[in-house]
Amino acid sequence: MDWLSIINLALGELISPLTAVYVLAALGLAVHFGFTGLLNFGQAAFAAVGAYGMAIAILTLKLPLFGAVAFGIAAVVVFALILGIPTLRLRADYLAIVTIAASEIFRYFMTTIGFSDVTGGSSGLSAFNKEFESLNPFPDGVYGFGPFTFREEQLWIRVVGWSLVAVAAVFLWLLMRSPWGRVLRGIREDEDAVRSLGKNVFAYKLQALVIGGVLAGIGGMVFSFSLANVQPQSWGTTFTFMIWTVLLLGGAATIMGPIIGSMIFFVLLMLTQSIIGGLVEIGWLPFLTPPQVGQIRFLLIGLVLMLLVIFRPQGIFGNKKELQFNG
Amino acid sequence: MANEIAVGAAAPGCKKVDPILVADNVTRQFGGLTAVNVEHLEIPRGQITALIGPNGAGKTTLFNLLTGFDKPNTGTWTFEGKNLAGISSYKVARRGMVRTFQLTKALSLLTVIENMRLGAKDQPGESFWRSLIKPLWSGYEAKITEKADELLKRFKLDAKREDYAAALSGGQRKLLEMARALMSDPKLVMLDEPMAGVNPALTQSLLEHIKGLKANGTTVLFVEHDMHMVRHISDWVIVMAEGKVVAEGPPAQVMKDQAVIDAYLGAHADTDLGLVEIKSLKAGN
Repeated sequence: MDWLSIINLALGELISPLTAVYVLAALGLAVHFGFTGLLNFGQAAFAAVGAYGMAIAILTLKLPLFGAVAFGIAAVVVFALILGIPTLRLRADYLAIVTIAASEIFRYFMTTIGFSDVTGGSSGLSAFNKEFESLNPFPDGVYGFGPFTFREEQLWIRVVGWSLVAVAAVFLWLLMRSPWGRVLRGIREDEDAVRSLGKNVFAYKLQALVIGGVLAGIGGMVFSFSLANVQPQSWGTTFTFMIWTVLLLGGAATIMGPIIGSMIFFVLLMLTQSIIGGLVEIGWLPFLTPPQVGQIRFLLIGLVLMLLVIFRPQGIFGNKKELQFNG
Repeated sequence: MANEIAVGAAAPGCKKVDPILVADNVTRQFGGLTAVNVEHLEIPRGQITALIGPNGAGKTTLFNLLTGFDKPNTGTWTFEGKNLAGISSYKVARRGMVRTFQLTKALSLLTVIENMRLGAKDQPGESFWRSLIKPLWSGYEAKITEKADELLKRFKLDAKREDYAAALSGGQRKLLEMARALMSDPKLVMLDEPMAGVNPALTQSLLEHIKGLKANGTTVLFVEHDMHMVRHISDWVIVMAEGKVVAEGPPAQVMKDQAVIDAYLGAHADTDLGLVEIKSLKAGN
């Protein structure tokens, strides 16, 4: 095994665009679950709506890039309102069922042939990336050092993705230290009590659902720009549950949690992939074939998630007293 | 005493000299069971009113209806002359009618002081856009924190200021919930069993707090099973049984009322049931 390349690959994951995508979506989920107590099992749908909204706006509506991004965000807001208005009056578990169903409905809807001239059907959409790449301020060349060596377009998507992470983190920090954030935490603990103190609980929950959804939608757009395509199969329930893993790993009611959680998650994913792959190659794990390596690491992730929830439910950064499981 | 509060003689549903809350024809059915069926009820302003009755009499359901936490089948009610029927619970609280719960709802994973701050009303930082800019709300925050500290001191919770509410004892949580309700300067406080689970040492201070509320001009309505407390601090007592108001009046008078004794002890309280059975057996034979 080539340890240097394994370590380089793993370190590269620290600031990969995909890591930033997961940070954004997990920050959104932190708003939903960690701060407000909303059980959202459809975070993939919020990301997908943002990604599709942006791509369809560029390809079909011929909007310029920033117009398309705004359109994608507006689409997420509408999606959140459609989900939230009928369900947020109900108990938390109903929202969980509705969100997971809605995310599957959206994905199948995007896959159908009926609308494939707009949605691209099962092959998805591509060729919406021109304007994004034309905005790249970095001249052609190779930048960085060691594991962090990038071509200009790789650098550009990382700069965009992580700048958005920074903006989102500051934005959430401002929100959560404020009395507004306090009302959300109150709702997480007991919404009737908060209602009895004269707060419009429904409006706060709707605001939280929209904000967390928009963050996921922006994540979905970064994802699309980094891969230069939008495909329905990217937004299955796997995406949602990996976001949950990231969130619980870092700490649900924190802002640093999703950021560091996502970094650790992807570094571990890459390390297990390379190490198990390497062991299979040199014949130390004769019962595994190379194609099984990709599956076995998800098995390990499932195990890690279980151990985490049992032994450290507050995550790495969470305050043990503040966030026990109460969902 | 009765003359100061009620117009005319004390009777179920009687008119009050200065009512703060007036309810008419409020009914609530759960399937075939009529939990609440109140024809007319007035709560006197500036007094401490106790709402008593056996388990299942509909006291808490009436609380829920009046505060918008449950919807009645029929009925209207006004608070300070303004209609309150069909108004959502958070708006009821904003109008100055704040309640506590029978099963205490302290926000466990917020600190005691954060619980208190949450009780304040009109905090501009609770609106989304303004919350982002601290100078817009930090001044008001300091003001409500000062008020919260005062209340915590009064309720002897100041030592627990930075603790999570989850770390408080059951009785302390009751105190916290009550103190939190007072943060918004309510006109009417509705306490659902404030004494349940509170140890006797705390009871005395809780009674003092409730009397203190009256001294500050707040109207108090509370549900309680502890007759000692009812007799001690209430100015007026309303008795419910099977969803209806069966008696009301000053405490000394109500305690002697036959309807109350029937409701609490059963209609055959002074009949020897064994004797009844033997007699009827003989008669039947």
